[in-house]
Amino acid sequence: MAKTHLTTEGLDFQSILLNLQRYWASKGAVILQPYDMEVGAGTFHPATTLRALGPDHHWRAAYVQPSRRPTDGRFGENPNRLQHYYQFQTIFKPSPPNSQELYLGSLKAIGLDPAAHDMRFVEDDWESPTLGAWGLGWEVWCDGMEVSQFTYFQQVGGIECAPVPLELTYGLERLAMFIQGIDNVYDLDWDGVPADQGGKCYGDIFHRAEVEFSGWNFYHAETDMLLTHFRDAEAECGRLLALETPLALPAYDQCMKASHLFNLLDARGVISVTERAAYIGRVRTLAKGCCEAWIGAADDGQQGEAADV
Amino acid sequence: MSDQSADLLIEIICEEIPARMQARAASDLARLFADAFAAANLAHDRIHSFVAPRHLAVYVDGLAVRQQDSIAEKRGPRVDAPEQAINGFLKSTGLTRDQLVTEETPKGTFLFARTEMKGTATAALLPVMISDILTNFPWPKSQRWGATSFRWVRPLHRVNVVFGGSGLEGALDLGGANLPFTTASTGHYFEAPADLDLTGVGSADDYAALLRGAHVIVDQSVRVDMIRKGAKDLAARLGCETKTGETTIAETAGLVEHPHLLVGTIEDRFMLLPAEVLQSSIETHQKYITLQGHDGSFSPHFVVVSNRLADDARDAVILAGNQRVLRARLADAEFFWMEDKREPLEAYLPRLADIAFYEGLGTVHDKAQRLEKLAADIAASIPGADAACAARAGLLAKADLVTGVVGEFPELQGIMGGFYAAAADEDTATAVAITAHYRPQGPDDNLPDSAEGLAVALADKIDTLVGFFGVGARPTGSKDPFALRRAALGVIRILIEANISLSLHDTLRKAAGYHGFAAIDDELLPFIRERFRVSLRDTGIAHDVVAAALGDSELDNICLLADRAAALGTFLGSENGAGLMTGWRRAASILKSEESKDKQAFAPKTDPSLFVNTAETDLHSALEALPVAFSDIDLDAALTSLGGMRTPIDRFFEEVVVNDDNPKVRDNRLGLLAMVRERMLGVADFSKLEG
Repeated sequence: MAKTHLTTEGLDFQSILLNLQRYWASKGAVILQPYDMEVGAGTFHPATTLRALGPDHHWRAAYVQPSRRPTDGRFGENPNRLQHYYQFQTIFKPSPPNSQELYLGSLKAIGLDPAAHDMRFVEDDWESPTLGAWGLGWEVWCDGMEVSQFTYFQQVGGIECAPVPLELTYGLERLAMFIQGIDNVYDLDWDGVPADQGGKCYGDIFHRAEVEFSGWNFYHAETDMLLTHFRDAEAECGRLLALETPLALPAYDQCMKASHLFNLLDARGVISVTERAAYIGRVRTLAKGCCEAWIGAADDGQQGEAADV
Repeated sequence: MSDQSADLLIEIICEEIPARMQARAASDLARLFADAFAAANLAHDRIHSFVAPRHLAVYVDGLAVRQQDSIAEKRGPRVDAPEQAINGFLKSTGLTRDQLVTEETPKGTFLFARTEMKGTATAALLPVMISDILTNFPWPKSQRWGATSFRWVRPLHRVNVVFGGSGLEGALDLGGANLPFTTASTGHYFEAPADLDLTGVGSADDYAALLRGAHVIVDQSVRVDMIRKGAKDLAARLGCETKTGETTIAETAGLVEHPHLLVGTIEDRFMLLPAEVLQSSIETHQKYITLQGHDGSFSPHFVVVSNRLADDARDAVILAGNQRVLRARLADAEFFWMEDKREPLEAYLPRLADIAFYEGLGTVHDKAQRLEKLAADIAASIPGADAACAARAGLLAKADLVTGVVGEFPELQGIMGGFYAAAADEDTATAVAITAHYRPQGPDDNLPDSAEGLAVALADKIDTLVGFFGVGARPTGSKDPFALRRAALGVIRILIEANISLSLHDTLRKAAGYHGFAAIDDELLPFIRERFRVSLRDTGIAHDVVAAALGDSELDNICLLADRAAALGTFLGSENGAGLMTGWRRAASILKSEESKDKQAFAPKTDPSLFVNTAETDLHSALEALPVAFSDIDLDAALTSLGGMRTPIDRFFEEVVVNDDNPKVRDNRLGLLAMVRERMLGVADFSKLEG
């Protein structure tokens, strides 16, 4: 890969990311760093899944989350699909009355002025069977292109969300491709630095990873080991939840692990259609247990959290 | 407007209402207010309803400003009742003796208490009425937001109420917060976001015009018209016509506050894709309007319905963005289309073994193998069907489920199978049958257009029905997750409309055998029978005629039974038929009353030597002249023969008194009528006919 495309100042990939963080920080969000585990989507970050439920009445956070979708690997050959990509996630609880305005403002902050385009809010109900979560909202279209997912959470872990959080999910690569006006994700200008000065494009940084991880995801991952890891994570999660004082956060780490292991097993093609539903059910049981333990702990006050600081 | 009435405008501003829910919401809102006005005894004229993505409104012409005064009347004891009873009544009503009225009734003379009820002012009733309607609004799916518990389709921001030209005090309880009524509407989100003052709006047209001025076309039908006409004009300029149907056009109208149409072009290389793939990408996924040449060929142009006002520079940006999205989508489709064709359709079969059909019903591969056999069986009953092609099509019908294009565009299953079968040099009849085997997908969809297609379509639906009933997954109430009602109606429509004469019993038994079931589920035939009755009724045949034509006969040959119902309906509508029915009713009613008197049924036999009147002899001869047995197949002929009995029966009842003094003559005549009854019931169950 060699960088062939240099975008307008401020529209390179890392500027978009930085500008999104700065924008949401200016709106009162806690800017977090990615959770240090493999997850399928930004929603899995405890800052969303668990904080959507409690303990705070107010919770505002924004962060980038690398997301892994093993089955979407295309060996670096498809211009639109990646097994590892970046989601930017914002969660505002309770959902503010001017949610749409805040969202559109964030687009403007990254160089996509809604006034210069055709923006639409197209019905799209969101559901995560593994998290036992659902919400109503839209996919947001800009000139016919889906640029974000806009959701009012109603339930997480089978528990009603009250107050209701607003979740915004931006697919950063797709958004950046639109903003930079290019058709191949690997051509994205990452840093705004010309190639002859050592500037990098997306492909310089990630193409090899896409090729190698596609091979691992689809062919080389040792399935017996993955199955063992899945069972271990499941057992550990259950054990932590069964403690007299359940450890919600460590248990939830194991739940995220189990979920990702399931995705890997799925990519390896060793899970039949009927088994698939059963595995999703097993992860959901873990997620529900973690959410319940989290809420339960929240009822005891916040000493535990304070002690961590 | 007058002293007694005033116009009412209620407008709800919320975040984008899903397009598919808008029309229903507008009509529900109008209906709920009409019901509430009726319940509150408030007269009004027309109720206009409006809906756009963020606006939902009703405008009520001439609503009464207060309820009519009314008189509440309560009946008390009789005038001559004991003092104690009258005092009790006075106590309960709070009136004095001289305030009671005395009135004659058919049951005697009673005391009445009359209280005049002053009507309440409408303005005082409205806040509660509005809150009740909004709080219980029947959205298909609703949500909470913020820190409140109120549910609406998406967050609700304003309730605007204008009565008699000015705002109305009141508030909507959101459960945790109050949303006071206002009079400030809003214009187009991007083009005219400022507030619009609704006070002083004097008519429904005024309201629509005010919003139009702020670039919101609040009348859905107007938006639909603008899009339909706009697309037609653009198509005409390009020498083609609109291909997209009304449903999709209505959906695009639900996505914009102000439609502005732009023309896009499909790159040449993508025009090599099947038209169905183009259609799915462009219309279903991107919600653009597709065009076609006058010869029906897919046009390389399409129409984007944007939500912005015209602006050349911006339009160019919007169009370029949309074209880029479409290019990515079509490039994906093209990739899968080429990949899928690398292997023959048959090569995908083994992978069907990885897809479970349903718990207890095996995999889709098992289903394919059942369809192979069942389609061949059914083809034997369809004139002109090639059983070998039907079997092959049955086997391959589901193979496209594991192809790339169907993975991307599930709505193209069947259609893609047809293309891949043709590409793999399968017989044309096989490919055509695969293409159409999901049809008819609804009451407006066509049947498969080939004999083999009909066979596979029947086999697919029958296998599904027998299977799901066999494992107890029957539809319950409104729940029919496997669309078994649609499958049954599909079977019925195919059999009737394609005029296929086959034994349903035998076919279901075979299907059950292929599933490995010992028998057909007991509830399946009654289920199909009920759908069949409904579908006959839907074709305009009265329910009692359907009942008479079907009788208690085992449901077996649907096509034949449908013909019988139609023939009977036609016959009963004819003069002969109507006349014969009069005779039938007289005969049946005399027999019924005499049989109940005698506590015995009269045998259908008669002794001609006991005939007194020639009318008896003639009726007997007419009965004798009927064919010995009626054909089940040709109801028309049987009914024509029965029609010949009309005159002799009429004459019999004109000239003969059945209940003769001589018991032998009477019994003989009743025996003759019993013969009439027996022969008629042999043709159809006339006893089921009403009136």
